[in-house]
Amino acid sequence: MSDRVLDVRGLVKRFGGLTATDHVTLDLQRGEIHALIGPNGAGKSTLINQLCGELAPDEGEVRIMGRDVTGLGVPERVGLGLGRTFQITSLLTEMTVAENIALAVQARRGGNFRLFDRLRGRKEVWAEVGSLLQGSGLATRAGIRVSGLSHGEKKQLELLVALAGKPAFLLLDEPMAGLGHSESQEMVQVLKRIAQEVPMLLVEHDMEAVFALASRISVLVYGRIIATGSVEEIRNHPEVREAYLGQEDELC
Amino acid sequence: MILILEQLLNGLQYGVMLFLMAAGLTLIFGIMGVINLAHGSLFMVGAYAGTLAAAQAGNFWIGIPVAIVAAGVAGLVVEAVVIRRLYARDHLDQVLATFALLLIANQGVTYFIGRQPVPANIPAALASPIELLPGLIYPPYRLVIIAAGLLVALGLYWLINRTRIGMLVRAGATNREMVRALGVDIRLLYTVVFGLGALLAGLAGYLSGPISAVQVGMGEQVLLATFVVVVVGGVGSIRGAFWAGILLGVVDTMLRAFLPGLLRQVMPASEADALGIGIASMGIYLLMALVLLIRPKGLFVAGR
Amino acid sequence: MEKRKTLGLALGLAVLLAMPWLMETFGSSSALSLASRILVYSIAAASLNLVLGYGGMISLGHAAFFGMGGYAVGILYAHNGGDPFLGLIPGSNHLLVTLPAAMLLGGAVAALIGALSLRTSGVQFIMITLAFAQMLFFFFVSLKAYGGEDGIIIRRPNEFFGLNLRDRTTVWYVVLGFWLAFMLVLWRVIGSSFGAVLKGMKQNERRMAAMGLAPYRYKLYAFILSGMGAGLAGALMANLMRFTSPDMLHWTKSATLMTMVILGGVGTFFGPLLGAAAYLILETWLGGLTEYWQFWLGLILLAVVLGTKGGLVALVAGLWARLTGGARP
Repeated sequence: MSDRVLDVRGLVKRFGGLTATDHVTLDLQRGEIHALIGPNGAGKSTLINQLCGELAPDEGEVRIMGRDVTGLGVPERVGLGLGRTFQITSLLTEMTVAENIALAVQARRGGNFRLFDRLRGRKEVWAEVGSLLQGSGLATRAGIRVSGLSHGEKKQLELLVALAGKPAFLLLDEPMAGLGHSESQEMVQVLKRIAQEVPMLLVEHDMEAVFALASRISVLVYGRIIATGSVEEIRNHPEVREAYLGQEDELC
Repeated sequence: MILILEQLLNGLQYGVMLFLMAAGLTLIFGIMGVINLAHGSLFMVGAYAGTLAAAQAGNFWIGIPVAIVAAGVAGLVVEAVVIRRLYARDHLDQVLATFALLLIANQGVTYFIGRQPVPANIPAALASPIELLPGLIYPPYRLVIIAAGLLVALGLYWLINRTRIGMLVRAGATNREMVRALGVDIRLLYTVVFGLGALLAGLAGYLSGPISAVQVGMGEQVLLATFVVVVVGGVGSIRGAFWAGILLGVVDTMLRAFLPGLLRQVMPASEADALGIGIASMGIYLLMALVLLIRPKGLFVAGR
Repeated sequence: MEKRKTLGLALGLAVLLAMPWLMETFGSSSALSLASRILVYSIAAASLNLVLGYGGMISLGHAAFFGMGGYAVGILYAHNGGDPFLGLIPGSNHLLVTLPAAMLLGGAVAALIGALSLRTSGVQFIMITLAFAQMLFFFFVSLKAYGGEDGIIIRRPNEFFGLNLRDRTTVWYVVLGFWLAFMLVLWRVIGSSFGAVLKGMKQNERRMAAMGLAPYRYKLYAFILSGMGAGLAGALMANLMRFTSPDMLHWTKSATLMTMVILGGVGTFFGPLLGAAAYLILETWLGGLTEYWQFWLGLILLAVVLGTKGGLVALVAGLWARLTGGARP
């Protein structure tokens, strides 16, 4: 079996005259954090949406664990091992922290069509919820409704919900977005710990975090990947510097 | 052959009528995201106001401006008092509130005018059938409706494609947020669109009065068919409303006219008539089911 | 909290059980029929509430399933002792046959309508459910074999363990029995694994998809269950009225059910019961006062929709809070 959990080849997406994704080829291998960076409007969201199955590409293919999933929707891809977080947090706002995680656990474990059991009585589900919460920043917030959480807490919950699906790899869409400095640093530590078990494709604006985390970086500009390499290679890549010219602050 | 031509014209007339209703409704859905069950009531208001005014004045043509103004004003009032509060609400509240409006309108008309249908007359000049083709004798009044509908369609085409309001309407049907971001007075745009839809409904109501009947509940009959037109045509698309209106108008009319006769050849007459009418009245819904299977968003997607 | 809940439930049950006596003592005897109708309508409204309140699907076509339930009883009655229906299905006038048949038919029609209409969402979904239900209405109006516009008169109520289903009190207890069974099942469904999925679908379909659950399948499942519940209500109603007609399928019936749900409180367990009670009592009371009762109903409905958030349950809770000095009950 290959080491590639995610394999993207020649992906193209056009909107009218605009090519939002221009022959993107990239992969994600076991044990790595592959960061995808790029200036605003580079087409990162469009790419993410095609990887998770919300948007169908015009050309190219996406493989998960070696299996062609180009024609499959989101739930099928999740079933094959994809886990994702949303840039703008997307949670079940009327449910509590624990209920959000429980539903994700239940979704994976099955029995979703059961009519006459009691979800509260599914001990194996709640045990797993407990162990996911334990040691996380939300351990004391289990009974709080999502609508009552702070932004940083929602970001953490996004991650926990994704992990509850026991994914083979994670697609993280700007997990640091909107976080304060100390919160970001905490998130970096959390991600580092998770990355020991779950490889992740990290889309992120926060360069400090990217440089701290990534084992490989790809740079997306105008829908096209202009460079892929180690942190050092990317830092010194002339084209990358060019693309970020005038946004020097973001490259730090 | 003559018979088919005649029914084709009838279908076209019905289709054009559906278009007049659907044009406003599809814009209100597409731009404001509001579902309006009371659109049929505006149709009824136009019919009653126009017919009563025409009877008073003894002149059919007086009825047209009266119907348009009455429905338009009713629409503006309804928009200002009720609909405006519903833009930010979910569809459920919209359904219930506009259903309440429909009850109020129906009962109001019953109270003030009565349950009896109001007689609506065709103008004398259009009363006697004319020979369109050798053998094809056709009531000119229906031709006038077709012409009026096509004229409105052309007018809307011009309005949507050539004017600033039209530009905003098109933009709004594709992307509501964008129009908001443009800094346009969105509330005014909404009011204008709702008023426009209302007066078209009023015109449709008045014109169809002499053909169907001016009575309480006339709006709902048309409303349901109009919904089908909007769904088939694609929510927010005027062009879709036009083609779907004509398609469904013709299909409905043809089925009603010829299906019982066709069935009679394979079964007893009384059963054939009942079954034929039954299937014919389901025809447009079955067509909608078919369209949904192939294109869930309708034949024309807004903005394309 | 738990204690008060149990107490409230016990009190409610006691009132329901004593209803025939209460009505005889304080109301008129026809009030008991009204109470039976309220229970039956609340089954239909609660079924709608399952998809509408818990699942977020705004169906304006539930009259279809309600009416199919009624016609299941009517058609089986019409064939009772005669030719089998379509040459296959023998008629019956046993409640234990007609009710399951009605639920089956309601569920089957819901499966068909749901499979098509759940391909869309939002405004389209509302219009499409409405349109398909109305299609059935037209179909039954033209179905002369089963009375067409006039419907089917069920001269003899269904058999049920030899009970006299003409007697108001007996009917009340039979209806109450089915109502309790239905509510118990509904309670279990809402607290089940599937119930959690359904509530999740209402809140955020995108998130549910990202959890690996395809919205369409789960929503369709709920839609079918809801159709079965409405079918049950329709069958009970046909027995209650000893009559079934296209009226049960008319789209205003869908709107009535929706009104009940809204009046009572969307997505609350007892809301549909309160809503059905409020609507039917209002209808009876206003109908006695004026021929134009729907006008006033419209005004009240408008006031409720524009003026309150959360229907009667919220309104009562709000009033209670104000009366008791701001503390929520």
